[in-house]
Amino acid sequence: MRKPSRRQFLKIMGVGGAALLAGRRAAASEEHHVNNETLGMLYDATKCVGCKACMASCKRVNGDYGSLSYERAPFDSDGLWDAPQDLSGSTRTLIKLFKESEREWSYVKYSCMHCQKPSCVSVCPVTAMTRDPVTGIVDYNKNACIGCRYCQVACAFTIPKFQWEKAIPQIVKCDLCKNTNLPKKGISACAEVCPTGAIMFGKRKDLLAEANKRLQEHPGTYLDHIYGEKELGGTNHLYLAAMQFNKLGLPVLKTEAPAEFSEKIQHTIYKGFIAPVALYSTLCFIAIKNMRNGNGEHKAEHDATTDKPKEDGDGKR
Amino acid sequence: MGNDEYQKLNTRILTPSFCVLLTLTLIGFALMAVRFIKGIGAVSNMSDGYPWGIWITYDVATGTAIACGGYAMAILVYIRNRMHYHPMIRSAILTSMFGYGLAGFSVMVDVGRPWNAYNFFIPSHWQANSAMFEVALCVMAYTTVLIIEFMPAILTWIERTEWRTLQHLLNKLYGRLGKPAPEHLADRLEGVKEIAAWLKPRLDKALIFIIVLGITLPTMHQSSLGSLLLIASTKLHPLWYTGFLPLLFLINCVYIGYSIAILESVISCYAFKRPFETAELAGLARIIPWLTVIWLSVVVGDLAWRGQLAAAVSLDFYSRFFLLEFCLIGGGSLLLFSGRKRASVRWLFVSAVLIVLGGALYRFNVYLIGFNPGKGWHYFPALAELLITVGIVAFEILGYQVLVKILPVLPRLHTREQHEAAGHGAAEKA
Repeated sequence: MRKPSRRQFLKIMGVGGAALLAGRRAAASEEHHVNNETLGMLYDATKCVGCKACMASCKRVNGDYGSLSYERAPFDSDGLWDAPQDLSGSTRTLIKLFKESEREWSYVKYSCMHCQKPSCVSVCPVTAMTRDPVTGIVDYNKNACIGCRYCQVACAFTIPKFQWEKAIPQIVKCDLCKNTNLPKKGISACAEVCPTGAIMFGKRKDLLAEANKRLQEHPGTYLDHIYGEKELGGTNHLYLAAMQFNKLGLPVLKTEAPAEFSEKIQHTIYKGFIAPVALYSTLCFIAIKNMRNGNGEHKAEHDATTDKPKEDGDGKR
Repeated sequence: MGNDEYQKLNTRILTPSFCVLLTLTLIGFALMAVRFIKGIGAVSNMSDGYPWGIWITYDVATGTAIACGGYAMAILVYIRNRMHYHPMIRSAILTSMFGYGLAGFSVMVDVGRPWNAYNFFIPSHWQANSAMFEVALCVMAYTTVLIIEFMPAILTWIERTEWRTLQHLLNKLYGRLGKPAPEHLADRLEGVKEIAAWLKPRLDKALIFIIVLGITLPTMHQSSLGSLLLIASTKLHPLWYTGFLPLLFLINCVYIGYSIAILESVISCYAFKRPFETAELAGLARIIPWLTVIWLSVVVGDLAWRGQLAAAVSLDFYSRFFLLEFCLIGGGSLLLFSGRKRASVRWLFVSAVLIVLGGALYRFNVYLIGFNPGKGWHYFPALAELLITVGIVAFEILGYQVLVKILPVLPRLHTREQHEAAGHGAAEKA
């Protein structure tokens, strides 16, 4: 009995393994398509003067809808500043100043990158994170969210933030003013108020064209790289800068979207739910065969025991 | 199935260890109350960089692996047809039931908006791309399956109990009222017994389909626990980030499952002063090294293929944890290759501990230690955060201790001497 059953066991393990291998192979076959008609922003670090009007405007416009609040710095005992140290459960966008030396520095703006193939959308178990196929806006729905924070684990830019100090917390991230400024004025609040044109709002194709134009017209000013054009399958928030992007807190990333790889594996294993059903039926077949063919004594014993308590019950009654 | 394979343990419930565990449980639950009133930040050190802390890493990712004893034993008994292990299965299922139930419970403590969890049942919210969705549904389904698998023990108990405590209590209450306890109450209790007696043989017939479901579901979600981290390609260290994560997590939970079944048996025999089930344990222990050898070869082969072998032995922070995990699992397995060591309860215990620690460390490495969200982020669990986890584990052990004394769970002792030994032990304990 032992040999065949071990073989069966290994066979089952093999099925799982084969499914996984197939997943790896399938990974390269399909590719997602970048939609350049979707909305985004181009941030030009060389034009930014660090006035932080964008931060103030974002909080003013999205404060109520997005559950944002002003943040106090540790030194601020009088409560005179809104001084977030990083993006947080109260802050959707932030200007930082990177200092290479006393002479060389660069401003940098953080907010959601609105990926073409967003990891957060791919991993959200209850569809609280969504990407609008027309506008490309990656949006968050607090009424669906269960607060598992898988989106935070998944995001390569660590953009989604959680309200750790609240009893009724939510995820906070930029939604391009989808429900506030955009329907009213057709532009995000940060881009609307930027006095130097450092933030350009528009369709991804126009943003890319503008970025390429600037790179051509001022080749000495910029690094010859549009951050976000290719990173993780493309993002709708694009960057131009004079300094290396990883120094500005924008990580060096591959051009493939992580979600493509993970989804391929998940899809291969669960395609049409065939593998789980096949596994279940195979196991049922083996288990029932084992029970039937199994040692006769055990079967007899089994029958005896199932009947016994009934008699006990009768006896007591 | 054969209910006479099992017996309940006739000892006192209120022991010193019961009180210690109860205290820890109460502390844990009090801190949970703080978490719900003041937010997660009030009790934990989790941050936006480390959004999953010890609760997910231990209670869910590792805890369910440790609760895989029921899964591993079910594969052995029903699929590999080793019916002589059948007597060990009920206690394995009980611990799995607690492990999974409490993993689900701690998820509810961990998630920020648990009141929205009903969205898992609304098809328009389903998200099949998400490994988390798969894990959540499977874990919920498996917990239900475990409860059904455990039902025969409860039904047997209902059938055979004489409700003495309840009768006593009723008589006392009605005594206070100056009335005799009404007849129909006793009739109702008899009715419950009859239902149990009616249900049990029917459940027994259908049980095999449930049991097989109980093998299919963990196969699915244990591999998905590995898939969860597939998305974190930029954050998880290359020593652990691989497309084989689902396969590694699956095999990992099976050998942890067998090791835990050994540990459980040894510990409960020691604690409840019953004779050790050495022959069964040695048989179980034979399987483990083969699984770990497969696992270790996948790990090493994958590292070689991705050109990460040098990183594995570079002795930096990550490499040290990798080597520790590797040595614990490898060392424990080497011990189990020797037939003489397998025959000794002490060595069995030592090697099972090594393998459980190594297997659990692997899960910690993937979920926490090898997870690096970037510069400036650090995580070490806060005291309150740890105490919540400790409280949940204490509650788990507490529940096991109490239930084996109420329900027929542990394997029946066959020989007279063993019986006497157990009785003696029980007397001593009391």
